Amino acid sequence: MADAHTSKDNSTLFTSLGRLAPQLKPIIWPLIWGLLSALAASVVALVVPQVYRVLVNTALQPGNGTKGLWTGAAVVLGLGILEAGLIALRRQFVIVPATTVETRMRTSFYRHLQSLAVEFHDRWGSGQLLSRAMSDLNFMRRWMAFGAIMLVVTTLTVVIGVSLMFSMSWQLGLIFLAAAVPIAIFGFRFRLSYGRVSRKSQDQAGDLATAVEESVHGIRVLKAFGRGPEALDSFAGQAQELQATEIHKAKSLAVFSLVVTLLPELALGSGLVDGILLVSAGKLDVGALVAFFATAAVVAGPVESMGPLMAMTLTAKTAIDRHFEVMDAVNTVTDPASPVALDSARGELEFRGVHFRYPDTPAATRDVLDGINLTLRAGETMALVGVTGCGKSTLLSLVPRLFDVTAGTLMLDGVDVRQLTLSALRTHVAVAFEDTTLFSNSVRDNVLLGAAEQPGLSPEDVLEQALEVAQASFAYTLPQGVDTLIGEEGLSLSGGQRQRIALARAIAARPAVLVLDDPLSALDVNTEERVTERLRSVLESTTTLIVAHRPSTVSLADRVALLQDGRITAVGTHSELLAANSHYRYVLASLTEEPRDLDSHLETGLGEELAEELGAGKEAGA
Amino acid sequence: MSTTTGTANEDRVELSKADSKAVRQRSVRLLRTLLRPVRRRFIITVVLVVLSQAAKVSGPLLIAYGIDSALPAVRSGGNLLPLLVTGGGYLLAAVASSWLTATYLTATARLSQAMLLDLRIQVFRHTQRLSLEFHETYTSGRIISRQTSDLEALRELLDSGIADLASGIIFMVLTAVSIFSLDWITGLLVLAAAVPMYFLSRWYQRRSQAAYRSSRVVSARLIVHFIETMTGIRAVKAYRREKDNAATYDELAEDYRRVTVRSINLNGIFQPGLVLIGNVAVAVVLLVGGFRVLDHGLAVGALLALLLATKRFFQPISQMAMFYNSFQSAQAALEKVSGLLEEVPTVLPPRTPVPLPRAQGHIRFAGVEFGYGSGPAVLPRLDLDIPAGQTVAVVGATGAGKSTLAKLIARFYDVTAGSLTLDGVELRQLSIADLRRAVVMVTQEAFLFSGTVAENIALGNPAASRAEIEAAAREVGADGFIRALPDGYDTDVNKRGGRVSAGQRQLISFARAFLANPAVLILDEATSSLDIPSERMVQDGLHQLLGGGSGPGGAPGRTALIIAHRLSTVAIADRVLVVHDGRIVEDGSPAELISGGGRFAALHGAWRDSLV
Ligand SMILES: Nc1ncnc2c1ncn2[C@@H]1O[C@H](COP(=O)(O)OP(=O)(O)OP(=O)(O)O)[C@@H](O)[C@H]1O
Ligand SMILES: Nc1ncnc2c1ncn2[C@@H]1O[C@H](COP(=O)(O)OP(=O)(O)OP(=O)(O)O)[C@@H](O)[C@H]1O
Ligand SMILES: [Mg+2]
Ligand SMILES: [Mg+2]
Repeated sequence: MADAHTSKDNSTLFTSLGRLAPQLKPIIWPLIWGLLSALAASVVALVVPQVYRVLVNTALQPGNGTKGLWTGAAVVLGLGILEAGLIALRRQFVIVPATTVETRMRTSFYRHLQSLAVEFHDRWGSGQLLSRAMSDLNFMRRWMAFGAIMLVVTTLTVVIGVSLMFSMSWQLGLIFLAAAVPIAIFGFRFRLSYGRVSRKSQDQAGDLATAVEESVHGIRVLKAFGRGPEALDSFAGQAQELQATEIHKAKSLAVFSLVVTLLPELALGSGLVDGILLVSAGKLDVGALVAFFATAAVVAGPVESMGPLMAMTLTAKTAIDRHFEVMDAVNTVTDPASPVALDSARGELEFRGVHFRYPDTPAATRDVLDGINLTLRAGETMALVGVTGCGKSTLLSLVPRLFDVTAGTLMLDGVDVRQLTLSALRTHVAVAFEDTTLFSNSVRDNVLLGAAEQPGLSPEDVLEQALEVAQASFAYTLPQGVDTLIGEEGLSLSGGQRQRIALARAIAARPAVLVLDDPLSALDVNTEERVTERLRSVLESTTTLIVAHRPSTVSLADRVALLQDGRITAVGTHSELLAANSHYRYVLASLTEEPRDLDSHLETGLGEELAEELGAGKEAGA
Repeated sequence: MSTTTGTANEDRVELSKADSKAVRQRSVRLLRTLLRPVRRRFIITVVLVVLSQAAKVSGPLLIAYGIDSALPAVRSGGNLLPLLVTGGGYLLAAVASSWLTATYLTATARLSQAMLLDLRIQVFRHTQRLSLEFHETYTSGRIISRQTSDLEALRELLDSGIADLASGIIFMVLTAVSIFSLDWITGLLVLAAAVPMYFLSRWYQRRSQAAYRSSRVVSARLIVHFIETMTGIRAVKAYRREKDNAATYDELAEDYRRVTVRSINLNGIFQPGLVLIGNVAVAVVLLVGGFRVLDHGLAVGALLALLLATKRFFQPISQMAMFYNSFQSAQAALEKVSGLLEEVPTVLPPRTPVPLPRAQGHIRFAGVEFGYGSGPAVLPRLDLDIPAGQTVAVVGATGAGKSTLAKLIARFYDVTAGSLTLDGVELRQLSIADLRRAVVMVTQEAFLFSGTVAENIALGNPAASRAEIEAAAREVGADGFIRALPDGYDTDVNKRGGRVSAGQRQLISFARAFLANPAVLILDEATSSLDIPSERMVQDGLHQLLGGGSGPGGAPGRTALIIAHRLSTVAIADRVLVVHDGRIVEDGSPAELISGGGRFAALHGAWRDSLV
């Protein structure tokens, strides 16, 4: 949402633009050449009238032959070609370097985003990020290739023009210059106010993109409740806000342009009166007066374009700020400085005093994970059970380091996971998320997304095996078999099909540790049973942590851990816990509450309060 | 028939002549429809531009007047009146011209923003109206790219194009008139320059069209990839896709750079080319005029004036080139946008809807057949009658067609054959408003929007008060956890509800449905991620909601279609349907089916066994 990126809008124009410097360094020469070409083109344009003057005074005088005329015309033609050539040259010089810098910044932006922690992505809408990756960088490139160069050329033209004017008449020059003082003051105010609106409009445009993205991803819900009109209203409201900001921005620029063009003109108007009086008083000759105004006319164009160029520069500043805001975001989950190598993991996983809290949790509340002690022996399958929202998924997300523990340690084969490189850790660990995150590719690409190279097996075999274990062989019967595109987020599959593809993906990775978050929730009882059976045999040597809401899934596990109030309050086999732990019965045994479905043998466990096994399995720690 | 209707083949860059013409026309048509509602404002803007140009021209005239008339007047006897007229006139012209410029800048922004807003809303409305079938293949990234970078191209055209074009044309016409009035031969020479310009523009048009078209296609690809990575970032990280993704993205970004450079370079030939033609024309005018001067056919002063006028005539050319460039870019963008707008929803609201203000909830499938798109039939033939007020459980293997059945009732898709009626009215004949009031579906995917918990629940009924929202949450047993969130009901759930757990998301979705309180409630695996105690609580709430009496006006309660793999839900059902391969293979009360010893009995047995 919008508040994730409210700006600390205190960087000045120059510090912001200065941040581009390292990017510009490699292309500084082309930029300078481009600048020189632009300057030369302006000079050439100014030279042509001089040729006319010479021609009128010499070749075109009656009685002269045609030779002078031919030469004159040839010179004018040559200058004309030169001017066009220089204009083309400016583009040639700057375009490729500028787009290269743009592309480099864009790709490093993307890389940086990919490396940023999940916690960052939870806060930032994709539309907002997209607008920074696309339109901000586009704008910055345009400023670099055109705006910045033209700003320099324009400023130079104005400065040269004004000094020429001074040389013609210092009195008139002073009058003209007097206009510059209010312009400078106004320009300062403009910089602040325009900077603010341009920031606002770019942020709003990003939020609008986010709104579009959500409205498409959530289209099923919107359709199911017929809330399209409401979504449209809220989108329209947002778009209108953006519209208002844009108009405000345009107004602010218009007022600035008005001041920038009006004041010099007013100065010229009084200069005209004054000049005529000076001439009539004999303090100035007519030629100088004419030349003064001729030069003023040349300067008028550049002065007028100062407004838009300033605005462009300010918008470029905003774009750069927005870009670096993301680039400055620190990655909280990083590779260690000196990683420990762990070539093949046995898969022993130990949580030792693990604490975790989400960054935005209020200070008073206790941690979501409040001292987890749990050991999974290598090859063991452990089910994790707990009520809705107790932190199971959170616990799981610590294993591949999607989040980092806030205290305590999580160890794989006795090595703190933070000491492994992320890619090594994530090679050893594969996850199936509770909401199946599939990509709009083919089934094959989705399943083989993180697949490991397996000696003697072609990718085709790996695919087939994984699909077989996950009971997802239906994929072969899809219209184009495993090459069928499954739609955005796999939404052209049924819920259970989606889930099995995601499960197959985790299996195909052949990890040492498999983390499955409620992977069978969308399956019918029979399929679930088949998957469970296959999983059990395949998972023999794989350490598995599996979240379970149903006894049927629990039955897959060697042991069960019960998560309660942020701690593991019991570990044991299903029947042990069922017998000994009342909270476990509460969470898992639906039948105890429903007399008509009651299974008699459950009764025996009721009321008996056995000691809870805490942190069991320590002995496997070595 | 064109092969480029709608969004079909929108990634093709090289189009046949006919196709290219068709899409261009489509895009110009869209531009015209956007202009129509703002045509008055458009005219006013153009007038402002013209007036400001006129005011600008009057400045130099006044200077000439000052030097030619006021100066001699002051010199010869101190008549200050002409001087005052000059000075006052100059100031007046300056004020008028800068004020007019400021006004037209604002007016242009208003105009362009009005058109953009119009188009944004049109595209949004249209994408909301398009059927799920379309969205499944088109992807959100593309829609976002239509709504962002394509609109950006249009915006560029509108922001600077109008003023450039209007002032350029006015300026050129006026200058051309003055050239002709001075000397028609020069006038003809200047006009002759139009011939090479025309050919250059044609060349540019053809090349830039392809370049901008590919630029749209490539940028859409870039955006699609970007959005998908950011949306699936967890999977990207967990499966170490960063390197491969970065490589793909590098490639796409490089493609994008290449097409950008290509289009800029084309413009880099076009614009200097025009300048060159103008400069050549000036040289030719000089040569021809010079000979005439030597032959005493033309005065030197007149030649000078003609040269200056010719130069001036070509001055706005680069502005016009810029306009043409943004026009080409905007047109390519509008080709895509208009293609999206041309897509026809496969599920259309009726022309003359049959009103159904108060639905009872009687659903009937008669000879219904359905398949997704051109795929195989998912429901080969279905006859089913669900009386109002009945609670029906639908069970069956995954992929059997349960959700499909439900989605047909919610009219996410239209049946391919046969009839599907609610209270005797074909679903196709119901207005969308009536249908959504009567039928609400909680989909298998619990999607939350960023915004507060309360806002998300209120999606079920935007008119609901806070008390009603809380009551709905209480009924599904979500109240407790919501209150425990940092800001209770006002906690922002983050994008896609990432702030709450999967089960909590389902509870919130459930509360939505409770709040909507429809005549027909469809629950597709709405409790699959819940723990057993929460599920039980939801079921209690559901039982109350569905139970008779609470229905509006003493109606027989609500019709409910409950899809569930956990057969605990079946306990509250009056009737069970077993779906297998798109057919209903068993149909009866739970007790009947269990004692009947069929599939359901087996399923139920297996489920019972799985419980302990
Ligand atoms: N990104 C987040 N920021 C802050 N709080 C969060 C975030 N994600 C989850 N929570 C909170 O942390 C708690 C644990 O969430 P988690 O997703 O781990 O639950 P869970 O045990 O997996 O539940 P379920 O069974 O519903 O999936 C919940 O109360 C939830 O509201
Ligand atoms: N949008 C779609 N486009 C194409 N085919 C689809 C689409 N949705 C579902 N299918 C196919 O239709 C069949 C029935 O799917 P449906 O979603 O109705 O199954 P289901 O019974 O709900 O299964 P589950 O229990 O897994 O949710 C499946 O083979 C599926 O692949
Ligand atoms: Mg969870
Ligand atoms: Mg389904």
